[in-house]
Amino acid sequence: MRFKGSEAYVSTDDLTLAVNAAITLERPLLVKGEPGTGKTMLAVEVAKALGFPLLEWHIKSTTKAQQGLYEYDAVSRLRDSQLGDPRVHEIRNYIVKGMLWQAFTSETPVVLLIDEIDKADIEFPNDLLRELDRMEFFVYETKELVKATQRPIVFITSNNEKELPDAFLRRCFFHYIRFPDKETMEKIVDVHFPGLKKSLLREALEVFFEVREAPGLKKKPSTSELLDWLKLLLAEDIPPDALRAKDRKTIIPPLHGALLKNEQDVHLFERLIFMSRQRS
Amino acid sequence: MLSGFFVKLKDHKIPVSIKEWLTLLEAMQKDVISPSIDEFYTLSRMILVKDEQNFDKFDRAFGEYFKGIESVAGVELDVPLEWLLKQAELNLSPEEKAMIEAMGGWEKLMETLKKRLEEQKARHQGGNKWIGTAGTSPFGAYGYNPEGVRIGQDGSRSRSAVKVWDAREYRNLDDSVELGTRNIKVALRRLRKFAREGAPEELDLDTTIDKTARNAGVLDLSMRPERHNAVKVLMFLDIGGSMDDHVKLAEELFSAAKTEFKHLEHFYFHNCLYDHVWKDNRRRHSERTWTFDIMHKYGHDYKLVFVGDATMSPYEILQPGGSIEYSNAEAGAVWLKRMLELYPRAVWLNPEPEEIWPYRQSIGILREIMGGRMYPTTIQGLERAMRALVK
Repeated sequence: MRFKGSEAYVSTDDLTLAVNAAITLERPLLVKGEPGTGKTMLAVEVAKALGFPLLEWHIKSTTKAQQGLYEYDAVSRLRDSQLGDPRVHEIRNYIVKGMLWQAFTSETPVVLLIDEIDKADIEFPNDLLRELDRMEFFVYETKELVKATQRPIVFITSNNEKELPDAFLRRCFFHYIRFPDKETMEKIVDVHFPGLKKSLLREALEVFFEVREAPGLKKKPSTSELLDWLKLLLAEDIPPDALRAKDRKTIIPPLHGALLKNEQDVHLFERLIFMSRQRS
Repeated sequence: MLSGFFVKLKDHKIPVSIKEWLTLLEAMQKDVISPSIDEFYTLSRMILVKDEQNFDKFDRAFGEYFKGIESVAGVELDVPLEWLLKQAELNLSPEEKAMIEAMGGWEKLMETLKKRLEEQKARHQGGNKWIGTAGTSPFGAYGYNPEGVRIGQDGSRSRSAVKVWDAREYRNLDDSVELGTRNIKVALRRLRKFAREGAPEELDLDTTIDKTARNAGVLDLSMRPERHNAVKVLMFLDIGGSMDDHVKLAEELFSAAKTEFKHLEHFYFHNCLYDHVWKDNRRRHSERTWTFDIMHKYGHDYKLVFVGDATMSPYEILQPGGSIEYSNAEAGAVWLKRMLELYPRAVWLNPEPEEIWPYRQSIGILREIMGGRMYPTTIQGLERAMRALVK
């Protein structure tokens, strides 16, 4: 059971090692990195590559840890009691299983993704300590202990909006996805757009990394933005020449709206280009 | 096993716990990696370091502990010259290039470098001749010789020339701030006051059951608004002048407060509170908010938090016209007392260390005006302040 990257996902050596170590030692893997570097996709691809089902738990600011375990649907039970439904006598019928429960009791091993854990309340990770460590929890309504038959492969992503508590971090493995360098980026683009003209790709990547280097950008364009941009370039059938200029710093790249998502960044970028034009 | 490495990490102030250490040993036992130092680096980092801010510290510790070991693993020092040339050109400013000319030109420099590379066989740190790190030789990285050629800081990760931990790519992210925002947030939590306000959207089970029972068993659903933090805070931040030393701390405190409180209004002032404050520092002269307006606008259940170093001349507090910026008709003390009468819950957070407070007259005066409710911006001070606010 080893992950080696997949056809649709380029995994660097250290990422592959991190994933495999997490699988072997059965620890959750916490993945951080710039937005758009494929944190969520990692879990999807690992599940696909290993052939396991994927359970996704997307965290919102209102998500409570309990919702991942189970919820007691008291309202349905109350309604059923009004209608005289015989199901009402068994409380088990009104326990709605959460993602963790499903993952713990699954017949086959599963990949569980806890996406954007930093979005939740600051105490959220603390409420999951025992569940992620021992992979078990207690259901008070039915007085039963749910224990994982097979420990699921857990991926947790974070965008660093909140710091995570130490006790939680100690139980995880941690990998920081670095922004890919040019070589890796070429591989990534190749996976998504096989047969893209080499000349266009080269020019596009040059422009892309130059935009990223522009000082003071609020949101640097990331891999997913590059892929969107390439898609647009292809759709509009823009020739590689349009991206090439004698001094590349003096033209605004076509369709740059796909790369820069922030009004201030676009202004800043245009001003930088204007300044370098004046200088030349 | 390897416990020297563990101690080394501790020495570098990396927060590693014994549990994580045992996990690493377990991983080694289970043969997760092949016996290569590169893989051991990746594995130990993912298990022991949980914050990318600490990656740089880890790289340094790793480099120190495993100095010399990488050569055992069969890696030799091999720096392709073309790559060096390109790299050096990228890193040199025009002045530096002129300096190289002064040294006898580019070729000569490169020739010397080549010669040294041949002479030197081992990795080196410090000193002033050999190629290595942190020295004053013209060759190497992190040194201070302006004529230097940088080796080992390429943007892409060249595996052949430089070890990953020597590249120290996480340099910028390292900041040893003592007060992380998480700690501040946890401290601010003391101020939480839960209340149910707004649209009813949560099922009130107890009331529903009660009402249904009263209704002779016919279902009567009862909803209530969700509980949320209803504390209201007015924050006044001192800006500029002697506060410049504390900007980072003030920013952290502010950002933590901003996410923690739903009703937070902030204003800036300079040194002491007078008849006006401002919301945007860039337009402080055009867009003023009168202090009277604040008193009229915000209900008196708001809690006041002043953030300032309270370090100024006593005249700025006690004398009309004492402000260093303009001629104020009423003294700062008058305005502060006015605010405190209206808003009984108030504290002053002072980023200066508590030990030096007795030696600054202005701090003493303000402390007296605040009725002793001045606290340092340490975690413990914040907690004391929050306790004073809920009292």
